Amino acid sequence: MMTETDQILRVTDISKSFGGNTILNAVSVKLAKGEIKVLIGPSGGGKSTLLQCINCLVVPDAGAIELENETIDFRRKQDLYRLRQQVGMIFQDFNLFDHLTALDNITIALRRVKKMDKNQARQRARLELDQVGLGDKEALYPAQLSGGQKQRLAIARALAMDPKILLLDEPTSALDPTLIGEVIAVIKGLAVKGMTMIMATHQISLIYNLADEILFMENGRIVEQGPPAALLAAGNTSRSQGFCDRLNELAEVDG
Amino acid sequence: MPHALSVVFDSLPYLLQGSFLTIGIVVAAMCLGLVLGICMAVGLVYGNRFVKYLLTAYVWIFRGVPVVVLLFLFYFGLFNFLDLQFSAFTAVTIVLGMTTGAYQANIFRGAILSLPKGQFNAAIGLGMSELQAIKNIVLPQILRMSIPAWSNEYSIILKDSALAFVIGAPEIMARTQFVASRTYQHLSLYITAGIIYFLLTWAGVIALRRLERHLRIPGYSHQGNQ
Amino acid sequence: MFELSPFYQELLTSLNRGLLMSIALIIPSAIGGVLIGIIAGSLRTFGDPVVKAIGDTYAAIFRGTPLVIQLFILYFGLPNIGIYLSPYVAAVVGFTLCSGAYQSEYVRGALLSIKSGQYLGAQALGFTTLQVIFWIIVPQAVRRAIHGCGNEIIYLIKYSSLAFIVTCVELTGEGKTIATEYFRFTEVFTILGLYYLGLVSLAMVILKKIEQRLYVPGFGHN
Repeated sequence: MMTETDQILRVTDISKSFGGNTILNAVSVKLAKGEIKVLIGPSGGGKSTLLQCINCLVVPDAGAIELENETIDFRRKQDLYRLRQQVGMIFQDFNLFDHLTALDNITIALRRVKKMDKNQARQRARLELDQVGLGDKEALYPAQLSGGQKQRLAIARALAMDPKILLLDEPTSALDPTLIGEVIAVIKGLAVKGMTMIMATHQISLIYNLADEILFMENGRIVEQGPPAALLAAGNTSRSQGFCDRLNELAEVDG
Repeated sequence: MPHALSVVFDSLPYLLQGSFLTIGIVVAAMCLGLVLGICMAVGLVYGNRFVKYLLTAYVWIFRGVPVVVLLFLFYFGLFNFLDLQFSAFTAVTIVLGMTTGAYQANIFRGAILSLPKGQFNAAIGLGMSELQAIKNIVLPQILRMSIPAWSNEYSIILKDSALAFVIGAPEIMARTQFVASRTYQHLSLYITAGIIYFLLTWAGVIALRRLERHLRIPGYSHQGNQ
Repeated sequence: MFELSPFYQELLTSLNRGLLMSIALIIPSAIGGVLIGIIAGSLRTFGDPVVKAIGDTYAAIFRGTPLVIQLFILYFGLPNIGIYLSPYVAAVVGFTLCSGAYQSEYVRGALLSIKSGQYLGAQALGFTTLQVIFWIIVPQAVRRAIHGCGNEIIYLIKYSSLAFIVTCVELTGEGKTIATEYFRFTEVFTILGLYYLGLVSLAMVILKKIEQRLYVPGFGHN
């Protein structure tokens, strides 16, 4: 059993609606250091909004977020900025800064947000680029990178901020099937190093191999949760099992 | 009624008559510019080095020299020098037509270049001559592509046509100036003229937008060989 | 020794004087136009509906009427309600307002073309709103707008020739005076045209240099 002190992030009963549509309905998530949770479920189920709420890119209407036992005051901008610095986010469509080189995509936040000096920032950025295998691409602009390279750069950019948690919003969904492997390899590498992560994904290999716990979301709620071994056990009739079976079928058709 | 307004009301029919000439200038100049523009665009893309050089110089000159200077140069200078007895209307039309021709050449050139090369080759492959391919395959497509840029040209030419008064063509602006200089109601009269131009500008822009939408469902009509 | 005839000496002296006046018209108008364009363009993009409507109306009016009418209203029209502007001020105000309306169009287009993901990406890293604007939005908007805004300044150079109509004697005004005096229209207006070609070509070269300087893959104009 995990104790209260192990918990790095506590999300309690957060809700969000847009124009009368309830997208999140009192969702709670607890995350321990080094833990990996995977969000699955039909699109429109609220996975993306949940992730964006966790680092307050979308500010929840109700509920509480605690990072390392500190409650975030949603009305205080400084709180939001600090939270976002400590919680990294990987987007489906990368959101790299199109006017900056690969290197500067990483250094800009180090310099402007973390106030590092130029050389320090560059050193750190080069380290991260090497880590994701882009050491020779530092002078290229996003428009000159492949999808897989863009996503790896986005991961390097987030990691350079030394996030306590990394949120990944379908990191491989916008990629050409042949480029997915390189991104999965980087994510698996993060898991090995003990990165704490919440990830929305449809990649079976990530779900099976990385998840400590699966959260199945539908209609703005977590309707099922548990370790993959339990939820996806043979003969199980869980929603997650059915969902993963369908993903498997699709994967076979694709293959 | 204040004097300023009564002057406007009295002279409105006279000013509005000027819009016939204004529209005449614009339509004639646009048509001239269209023909010049297409010919020059074809030359700019498919012509030999000498032709390209010449056309580039033409475009450079007509895009770099102010319309007023061109009007003076042609009306008082060149046309006189060549002993051409053009009316102010004809002179304005020619100058504006040649100017918009330079811009339209660039528009059509861009459209031709953006056309997949396969279109031209496919036409040649079917046994069309180069001219037939241009006329039947290339032109219908680039004309359609050029409509948005055309509405921009229309708006520019319409506003430039107000400069015709410097050589005395009796269009809206010249008539306004004529009335204003006699009644001293400059403000209300020029605002009135501004409103007329404003309505003409947006009416034309909206009409061209309609045309664009109308042509968007493409059935590339084949005009046949004559 | 090659010597110019008195006519050409006088012509060139006048045109050079006019050139200075033209430049004195163009530079403040170009700067003012860009500033107004940035402000109006930003308000038209991000302002509340009322502000947006005001901005859109401003742009529609100044883009929908001939510049020469705007100048006439400023110089000949305003005295009707007791406002007197000098020819130079009327010309600069007219050029600035008209140019600003067109510039706002390019600024607005540039701002609209920035994808929302760019804000999100920066926010996710902990950027403050001001930092997002300064480090992400502005550098991208400048690259998207530079071609249109530069061309607008080139238009402004040409349309500065209208200042003589409100009796501010610049290049065209000087040329016209000499041409009428000597009755030598073709020569005078050809040389006058060359002056403008020089100005416009110089501006084009500078614009191209700046565009090259700022070029980033994925930000070229078509």
